[in-house]
Amino acid sequence: MVSGIPLFPQQGSTLAADVDALYFFIVAVTAFVALLVTIVVIYFAAKYSTNDPLEVGARIHGSIPLELAWSIIPFLVTIVIFVWSADVFFDLQRPPDQTLEIYATGKRWMWKFQHLDGQNEINELHVPAGRPVKITFTSEDVLHSLFFPAFRTKADAIPGRYSTVWFTATLVGEHHIFCAEYCGTNHSGMVGKVVVMEQTAYEAWLTGNVGGGTLAARGERLFSDLACNTCHLSDGRGRGPSLANKFGAAERLASGATVAVDESYVRESILTPQAKLVDGYQPLMPTFQGLVSEENVMALVEYVKSMRVPSAAVSRAEAPAEPAKPTVPQENR
Amino acid sequence: MSDAIAAHAGSHGTHAHHNDLQHHFDSLEQQHEAATLGMWLFLITEVLFFGGLFLAYTLYRVWYPVAWAEASRELDIVLGAFNTAVLIGSSLTMAFAVRAAQTGKQRATVVWILLTMALGLVFLIVKYFEYKEKFEHHHVPGPNFAFEGPQAGPAQIYFSLYFLMTGLHATHMIIGFVIMAVIAWMAHKKRFTPEWYTPVEISGLYWHFVDIVWIFLFPLLYLVDRAGHFA
Amino acid sequence: MDTTMPVAAPRVTYLNHEHTVASWLLTKDHKRIGIMYLMVVTFAFFLGGLFATVIRLELATPAGDLVSADTYNKLFTMHGVAMVFFVLIPAVPAILGNFVLPLQLGAKDVAFPKLNLLSWYIFVIGFLFTVYAMVAGGVDTGWTFYTPYSSRASNTNVVATGLGVFITGFSSILTGLNFMVTIHRMRAPGLTWFRLPLFVWAIYSTSLVQILGTPVIAITTLALAVERFLHFGIFDPVLGGDPVLFQHMFWFYSHPAVYIMILPPMGAISEVIAAFSRKSIFGYSFVAFSSLAIAIFGFLVWAHHMFVSGISIYSALVFSFLTYAVAIPSAVKTFNWAATMYRGAIWLKAPMIWAIAFLGLFLVGGLTGLFTAALGVDVHLHDTYFVVAHFHFIMVGGAIMGYFAGLHYWWPKITGRMYSDIWAKVAAIIVFVGFNLTFGPQFILGYVGMPRRYHVYPPEFQVLNVLSSAGASILAVGYVLVAIYLVASLFYGEEAGDNPWHATGLEWTTQSPPLPHNFATQPVVTEDAYEYSQREIKVV
Repeated sequence: MVSGIPLFPQQGSTLAADVDALYFFIVAVTAFVALLVTIVVIYFAAKYSTNDPLEVGARIHGSIPLELAWSIIPFLVTIVIFVWSADVFFDLQRPPDQTLEIYATGKRWMWKFQHLDGQNEINELHVPAGRPVKITFTSEDVLHSLFFPAFRTKADAIPGRYSTVWFTATLVGEHHIFCAEYCGTNHSGMVGKVVVMEQTAYEAWLTGNVGGGTLAARGERLFSDLACNTCHLSDGRGRGPSLANKFGAAERLASGATVAVDESYVRESILTPQAKLVDGYQPLMPTFQGLVSEENVMALVEYVKSMRVPSAAVSRAEAPAEPAKPTVPQENR
Repeated sequence: MSDAIAAHAGSHGTHAHHNDLQHHFDSLEQQHEAATLGMWLFLITEVLFFGGLFLAYTLYRVWYPVAWAEASRELDIVLGAFNTAVLIGSSLTMAFAVRAAQTGKQRATVVWILLTMALGLVFLIVKYFEYKEKFEHHHVPGPNFAFEGPQAGPAQIYFSLYFLMTGLHATHMIIGFVIMAVIAWMAHKKRFTPEWYTPVEISGLYWHFVDIVWIFLFPLLYLVDRAGHFA
Repeated sequence: MDTTMPVAAPRVTYLNHEHTVASWLLTKDHKRIGIMYLMVVTFAFFLGGLFATVIRLELATPAGDLVSADTYNKLFTMHGVAMVFFVLIPAVPAILGNFVLPLQLGAKDVAFPKLNLLSWYIFVIGFLFTVYAMVAGGVDTGWTFYTPYSSRASNTNVVATGLGVFITGFSSILTGLNFMVTIHRMRAPGLTWFRLPLFVWAIYSTSLVQILGTPVIAITTLALAVERFLHFGIFDPVLGGDPVLFQHMFWFYSHPAVYIMILPPMGAISEVIAAFSRKSIFGYSFVAFSSLAIAIFGFLVWAHHMFVSGISIYSALVFSFLTYAVAIPSAVKTFNWAATMYRGAIWLKAPMIWAIAFLGLFLVGGLTGLFTAALGVDVHLHDTYFVVAHFHFIMVGGAIMGYFAGLHYWWPKITGRMYSDIWAKVAAIIVFVGFNLTFGPQFILGYVGMPRRYHVYPPEFQVLNVLSSAGASILAVGYVLVAIYLVASLFYGEEAGDNPWHATGLEWTTQSPPLPHNFATQPVVTEDAYEYSQREIKVV
């Protein structure tokens, strides 16, 4: 900061420093080239200037070695930037295996966050410092974008599918949340703050804000209210596949392809059930599009995730269809 | 450049010009090459124009193969095949028209162009009946769309693309029809000679292109899953 | 070649041989058509500039106290639409390209003069549609028209604007087609491809992009208009449609479009630097081929606008890599321009000052593309003011400065008059300073996190915004100054003569302003472009 002018966002997460380091490298490269060419041009303009309109310049047409040099060397520099930035990008896009999950939806013009223990927040997000946090979110209407400048990360909220961002916050305090995809009248009002807390303060906040049960418990209630449990029997003999231990596994489809059962697939199965039909089952499931809000879909997703049954209790009917060990999906949507 | 013509002295009024040579060109040959190149470039733009819709079609077909199969079965394959034959026939008559103009047969040129127009009109009339049937079955996307079964959403996308692609094609056919009317009139007025029949030739290019677009549209829209893999 | 007529005797020029309104509105003369484009584009420029003025005034304070949020959203949308489609895309090709291309080729006109006039009418009709949309309530989707906001949620004149853009696209397509055929078929005897001025290579490459790219935005805007008007559902997520498909289709054109905007000004810069260094452009074939490379590679990078829009990591990698690849030809051009000045005989007249200003600003604009191409950094920078600064440096600092350099260079040929060299240099410096002050702070604003298209912003961003708005007022003064002395030259400027800059190029071998059909006798070319080898400029 220079007398009140912010020149730089705070480094609020583990990856912020990595992004900044890359940024500074590119600044250095840019400044070097810009200064070099500027100085050369001004020097030539001054040194070779003339007021005689009939004077002509030297008869020079080019130089292949020079052309190769100033094509290849910059290209190599850009490769360095590319590889380095790809590395940072992988880190930004791939959360670690164990993350604190939070669900969110954007709608015009607010951000709604749902914690696993049932806390709901609007335009404010409390997170613990030092733990990886992953936010799975979508939009309920038009495109939005969830942007945390302090964490150097964002992703678009796209109606019809899930996006994720993840971060490990390091700097305790409040930081900006911005919507970064134009969404209409109050786009610049769709802002909030992420409150990063020490672990003890965070736990105190959690206990002080609970009401209505965990997200998964809400999902369980919906599962029965919407009669999902009438087809998805846990012994595998229902009209729909059992969902016990399904999350994280690979599922074989009627088309022959395999799909990873992640948040997106569960959501898709609720809203467009015929799109990726499980092998061996009839296309009977009705769509719940319009009957379930995106927030309630997230509760159902959490419930399905929680349906982990101890291995001894897995029904014999299912055992052959499952792989030996559930795989954790890494794909990004 | 194929003709390296030396500078000619004085203004261009000193030697007789072919009536059809425009003043900014040096020769009929240069003018003809320019016109032909121009029409080919225009057709390339048309490929890109339709291309966006073909791209959308391809993506959605890969994502929703069942919906595509079901929706495609709602189209009348007999009418579609008939129309395909009609258009291919009209390209044949167009080719004969160009040949007639090339050989200086004025009346034959007019006749072949009129035949081309007639076949084009047949195509459009059949299309009208097909669209009418779609209206009656509520297969036109929008608030009145109705489609049985769980594939209704993607089916509406299929029909959106169906109407956009065939509608755009039909619009090109109508424009082609108007162009042919003008060319037929010019031929009737004996404007074309074996030295200069460029408008017939480049209109022919345009007509053939519109035909080729249909030859892609027919299998893509009408022949999805005739073998019933997705039934 | 010299005319045997004394300067004082009245000469026939393309400007004075016919005077009626009909002789202008029904003209087939590429030079008159170029001037008619100049009128519309200049109007669009000041219209877009007016919108920008209100935007920067509003942004001087954090609160939304000057205009309402809806008005603000319409202002930035209409600023973008006016500037992109009605200034940047047509400026150099339709104005300078129309005027200069046939002259540089030694031709009497373009290949299809009537089509050229039709292109102008299509342009005007598209512009009128768009102005109607602006006046009848405006449009607020952003010039990028992203769905589903534009197809479902916005209640402004999306269809009218979309149709206006759709119609105008055909003007661009037909102009590109016309220029390509002209270059292929109407070069003067002896004018082989590698003797062509680099401006012609630039126009040719641009025409490639116009022909291949513009139809895609046409079908995209058409699909959007149909979706909105008839409730078709191609992009509608409720039906299973993909709103991101719109982005792919949109950017497939709109990225190459930025090369339509920058390649012709780069061509003009090549001409100016050669003429005022009195020396051949260093690495002629490299500069020529780099124009083609940019045109072709420019079609392969569109999804670098979509790194956070849900594309896969692997797609992102490919597009990032290709984006770096396409940066290299632009760098090559810049180095070649600088090298051209080495041991040149540099005549620091106004066009050269504008060209040098271009070099500085284009350099920064292009180099800041390295940031946005970098995946790890773009996640943070996407949709912030950093991107706004980057593209304004290239579009305004690059394309508009290049256009002005060309305009100042060819003004004597177009009008037969010289403008005030001093005022032109002063304007260049004012624009350069004002521009840097306007957009420099925006790089910092972007990295700090201020998103784009924000009507209100957190108070800590105010100082940088105020600096930017102050710069904008200086910039405005610079542009108004340009308009003043250029118009003044029409009344008070001294006569230019055939070749006031003693430059090579067939356009300088004929009178200023040129004859209606350009050349009294057909030129024949016997040497390369930019042959400044002797003390007396050899003129055919």
